[in-house]
Amino acid sequence: MAYSAAVRESYQRELTGMREAGLFKEERYIHAPQAADIEVEFPAGAPPRPVINLCANNYLGLSSHPEVVAAAHAGLDRRGYGMSSVRFICGTQDIHRELEARLTEFLGTEDTLLFPSCMDANAGVFEAVLTDQDVMISDRLVHASIVDGMRLCKAMTDTFKHSDMGHLEEKLQEHKDKRFRLVITDGVFSMDGDLVKLDEIVALAEQYDAMVLVDDSHATGFIGKTGRGTHEHCGVLGKIDMITTTLGKAMGGASGGCVSGRRELVEMCRQRARPYLFSNTVAPVIVAGALKVIELLTRSTERRDKLEWNAQYWRRLLTEAGFDIKRGESPIVPVMLYNAKLAQDVARDLFAEGIYVVGFFFPVVAKAQARIRTQLSAAHEKHHLDRGIEAFVKVGRKYDILGKTKQEIVERYGL
Amino acid sequence: MDEVQRVIRDYVVKEYLEEGDDREITETTPLISGGIVDSFSMVSLKRFIERKYDIQIPDADASTAAFDNLASISALVERFRKPRA
Repeated sequence: MAYSAAVRESYQRELTGMREAGLFKEERYIHAPQAADIEVEFPAGAPPRPVINLCANNYLGLSSHPEVVAAAHAGLDRRGYGMSSVRFICGTQDIHRELEARLTEFLGTEDTLLFPSCMDANAGVFEAVLTDQDVMISDRLVHASIVDGMRLCKAMTDTFKHSDMGHLEEKLQEHKDKRFRLVITDGVFSMDGDLVKLDEIVALAEQYDAMVLVDDSHATGFIGKTGRGTHEHCGVLGKIDMITTTLGKAMGGASGGCVSGRRELVEMCRQRARPYLFSNTVAPVIVAGALKVIELLTRSTERRDKLEWNAQYWRRLLTEAGFDIKRGESPIVPVMLYNAKLAQDVARDLFAEGIYVVGFFFPVVAKAQARIRTQLSAAHEKHHLDRGIEAFVKVGRKYDILGKTKQEIVERYGL
Repeated sequence: MDEVQRVIRDYVVKEYLEEGDDREITETTPLISGGIVDSFSMVSLKRFIERKYDIQIPDADASTAAFDNLASISALVERFRKPRA
């Protein structure tokens, strides 16, 4: 028998081990469109209750925007539900090319290629453009999808200490014998919320003849004065060789991703990237919604401005209350708890107080770095954040973590 | 700890530990399975050892197990330092 009792029991033991270690993740079921106020069923079978959502990537509050929804409806009517095809066979509609052109304009690049997700873009891009004569030099905290994509590529791999420009320079010097060098980084690091030093990376790349790839998934739409991304924020628009990003966060939140950059590199992806060649095209409804999102963002910066204000206000509230948070400018604000069970307990208690957040622990973050990652949205009003801090303070007092250092928290709760 | 292990330990501390991380690296501290050296960075460790000791470690011998602690790495160095029979 293919799935014997012994095999089943082996997996059951492993899953039980995760529960006992406090590493088991449980889904919550949302009975509403994505928004600042939602209704959530948790645990399974419990009646849905109203909570404030502080953990979505819905940075600009566009996930349920009526104009985006209307545009998606129109897209369904005009171009149908699904294409039943990968792009290069019969899966490319006029609207796919239109979206790629609008993204190229928005990001300030030469060309763009859509993928089913940024995870797919990252899985395909390295293998498509590099060979075993080349080297990839990545920041040590890049997203898991980049790690997976690098593993699929035959180029040599190396890493530099997180945001350490001196260490990056050493690596660029060390690898000057390679055909091509590619420096890889996140734009906004998804677990800590800090921003890349992209101007410094570009300067080093120019000095040592290297290309640069940035995954701007947690930046596109709202970082930079007009929301173009970390390259705009760092004053290096037009100097990034490849940007990968998602439409599944600020840019509508449905799905889809892309590689955007130098014309030839994007064309190499079109010719060779396996997720592009072998995975279904982005559905017309998603494309239509994304086109409306770009139109909205080009029309006004009011949403990214509001998000910026919300992030600054929330950071101030948490700091003044005595929480240990990672410093930064982005709307990703991790509340550090270090112990996985503590993170789960605090998240559970916050849920009881009407605040929806989730504990992050190994393997999502490194061991002993458990946290609650709060995320702001332009959909949040001041009263959401004031209610949020009230709940955080109440729960923080219960677990006696306010005003405590990492050492004190770890001494009490362990790692 | 022998000289080879000391040299490799100093490299590991400088290359892989962030500022403020003062954990002790002993002969048996798990480097890769312990998360100190990730699988991508193992390549730079191999390169350092090969250049430092003027040896070539075949890919088949450059396993994560062989590079997981100072003792096993120094054994690998000694093995490839010896002249061929």
